[in-house]
Amino acid sequence: MAFCSKNSRTIINNLKSKLRLSRLMNQGRDGCLPLNNTNPCRFLPLTTLPQLRNPDSYSHKTGHSVCSQRFQSTTSEQQFASLPNGEHSQELDFPGGKVVFSPEMRFLSESPCVYNNCYRVLDDNGQLIGNSNFVQVSEEIAVKMYSSMATLQILDTIFYEAQRQGRISFYLTTIGEEAINIASAAALTSDDIVFPQYREPGVLLWRGFTLQEFANQCFGNKADYGKGRQMPIHYGSNKHNYFTVSSTIATQIPHAVGAAYSLKMDKKDACAVTFFGDGGTSEGDFHAALNFAAVTESPVIFICRNNGWAISTPTSDQFRSEGIAVRGQAYGVRSIRVDGNDALAMYSAVHAAREMAINEHRPVLIEAITYRVGHHSTSDDSTKYRPADEIEWWRMARDPVIRFRKWIETNGWWGSEAESQLRSSIRNQLLQAIQIAERAEKPPVNELFTDVYDNIPSNLRDQEKLLRETINRHPEDYPADVPF
Amino acid sequence: MALRNIIGKRIGNGIGLVGRRSLSTATSDVENRNAKSMNLYSAINQALHLALETDPRAFVFGEDVSFGGVFRCTTGLADRFGKARVFNTPLCEQGIVGFGIGLAAMGNRAIAEIQFADYIYPAFDQIVNEAAKFRYRSGNQFNCGGLTIRAPYGAVGHGGHYHSQSPEAFFCHVPGIKVVIPRSPRQAKGLLLSCIRDPNPVVFFEPKWLYRLAVEEVPEHDYMLPLSKAEVIRQGSDITLVGWGAQLSIMEQACIEAEKDGISCELIDLKTLIPWDKETVEASVRKTGRVLISHEAPVTGGFGAEISASIVERCFLRLEAPVARVCGLDTPFPLVFEPFYMPSKNKVLDAIKATVNY
Repeated sequence: MAFCSKNSRTIINNLKSKLRLSRLMNQGRDGCLPLNNTNPCRFLPLTTLPQLRNPDSYSHKTGHSVCSQRFQSTTSEQQFASLPNGEHSQELDFPGGKVVFSPEMRFLSESPCVYNNCYRVLDDNGQLIGNSNFVQVSEEIAVKMYSSMATLQILDTIFYEAQRQGRISFYLTTIGEEAINIASAAALTSDDIVFPQYREPGVLLWRGFTLQEFANQCFGNKADYGKGRQMPIHYGSNKHNYFTVSSTIATQIPHAVGAAYSLKMDKKDACAVTFFGDGGTSEGDFHAALNFAAVTESPVIFICRNNGWAISTPTSDQFRSEGIAVRGQAYGVRSIRVDGNDALAMYSAVHAAREMAINEHRPVLIEAITYRVGHHSTSDDSTKYRPADEIEWWRMARDPVIRFRKWIETNGWWGSEAESQLRSSIRNQLLQAIQIAERAEKPPVNELFTDVYDNIPSNLRDQEKLLRETINRHPEDYPADVPF
Repeated sequence: MALRNIIGKRIGNGIGLVGRRSLSTATSDVENRNAKSMNLYSAINQALHLALETDPRAFVFGEDVSFGGVFRCTTGLADRFGKARVFNTPLCEQGIVGFGIGLAAMGNRAIAEIQFADYIYPAFDQIVNEAAKFRYRSGNQFNCGGLTIRAPYGAVGHGGHYHSQSPEAFFCHVPGIKVVIPRSPRQAKGLLLSCIRDPNPVVFFEPKWLYRLAVEEVPEHDYMLPLSKAEVIRQGSDITLVGWGAQLSIMEQACIEAEKDGISCELIDLKTLIPWDKETVEASVRKTGRVLISHEAPVTGGFGAEISASIVERCFLRLEAPVARVCGLDTPFPLVFEPFYMPSKNKVLDAIKATVNY
């Protein structure tokens, strides 16, 4: 093996010039181990190593999946890196990565020595925090954001009641997570492709899905775009670039990566965005997706709603990592932790993430810290596993909607009259939409057999024929509101 | 088509190429202009080249596909079409298929490779719960029809538990996907192109034993063979045999020997397992009155059971004998015991005679 040694100072100077510290990125703090003699983890900041490893990739704008490391010579170059305390150590190029040897045996700590900063812009009273940097929001957008958050709250309340009354079979609310839903949607464009989990109807609402369309899906009537095939809240709308919800957890995350790759190939000014909860980050599909996104350099934003609960499972039973943002870093994905109940912070973070994703062809992970105020769904009673006063505290003291309302009121953009007008108007619209949806016919039974494939195969034609004979013989077995 | 003429005999460890004769039962599906002699992996490689050539939004990805793939099926693609369209993925089948679904959902042709069918199971959730239901659950607002998943399957002589599996039956139970298995190089090229261009997600199992062993004249042009259309590859009147993939060559050998005993066998290549061509099989059974199904996969719950049940339902009064199944044993695929496990020519021949003499 050939050796060559380089002056250690050159390496450090190169390192410094490559460290692009930006205020938003805050790389010096997140997940990196401080350099001081008292800390057993003293060493070069971990974040510098990826930059050394693939210096080409940072200037690589075309987004080709080039693995420059793979094709370099595998003979090792021995270089001497200088540590702040003046030690010398060897640096070697392996095909698996550049390593800096050390005679000291040091384990990476299981938790970062410094907690991840959580980005927020508004304090708990909806007032701007001094020296905060954020993306400005116009009055029009801010009022629309607030109205949408309030609409979402009312929608949830009324539909939840409708399920309790037996009018729809199932429902789940987004209470407590309205800011994540609306602010992220507001920071995206309508060309960005959304892959939801199921607690993000606010994104669809923002994009223009009407209250009637929501109601139609919940009642599974013939106007439901899903043709009555799925349970309530499984919305989907191609004209709004919102992929259809499926109950399976985290399966949408790798889809978003493939879609993002397609957008990159088509050179679109758009990204893919996918949502999931804290529970979803335990699924294999989450890990698969982040890894694929990093390797394929795809413009995808991963938004984790860390709301503390996966049905009855608290995060302490879900994972032992320091939240979700650190996992992104582990996969080579730029990540940030954000106060999910701060609509302005969410808006800014998503806005920034979108630009990075599209302009730099990279995935970005946003961990939005929040609380699931509602039960998991209408099939759940969360007082069975968490204290009722905990729920109440989050509902009242940490309501993201009230917090944002205080901010827009401070700006003089909203008032109590506007508030009561909005709430009564939305309420009336919703009640009407439910009535109309409830009375509408269901889709005809032939839609049971369509769309399994693009065309109906012969076995399904046979089965439809047999089914119709059975229906004719035993009409009493079948619901009256499904026409055949 | 005389399969045994295009496939080297599978004798223990020795693999010798039987000399080629002219075809006894020609497939009239494809004209033979500009045909070139090639093996299965070359035919598949040609299909992939054509797929990428004719559609700029076609992609090939999977483990190790960039350098040509562990079975050489993707040779030359990365050089010709670039690393953005032909690329290695991380070692993660659920990621390969999940990513492929997303790519296909945006209107691309996503041709995913799973290195061995034995490793497809991590992707089973994505295939069953996502790909198969993508169009239906969205009310046809979305679809991932551009997805094709290719995987080598089947015995290879020394593969053991994890390089020999035939998992087709798991997928045949999933409404919304198609399952296609070619028997030879010429079939593979045409069927694969059809799968890639079919607007439904397809799982395409390639008989790995035939990658090098099967050699045949394959037309060089772009051609497609129809899905869900079974083919009678040998005409007969005493018994109908149904199979797919590499097993057909074994069955054909049995048919030829049975003929020496005066038994006239009709041999059908199912090609597409779901949705399968019941009409062709039933028409044959109505002619012969006897059915034998053979596959490498374990007999219990294998796809032969579906064919058998369906035939009995629809052709009961015509049947002269019980439906016979000559299949793999209900064990994990063994190494040393492979010759005992396999549905061999003589097992098939014995079953033909037993059925005819019932």
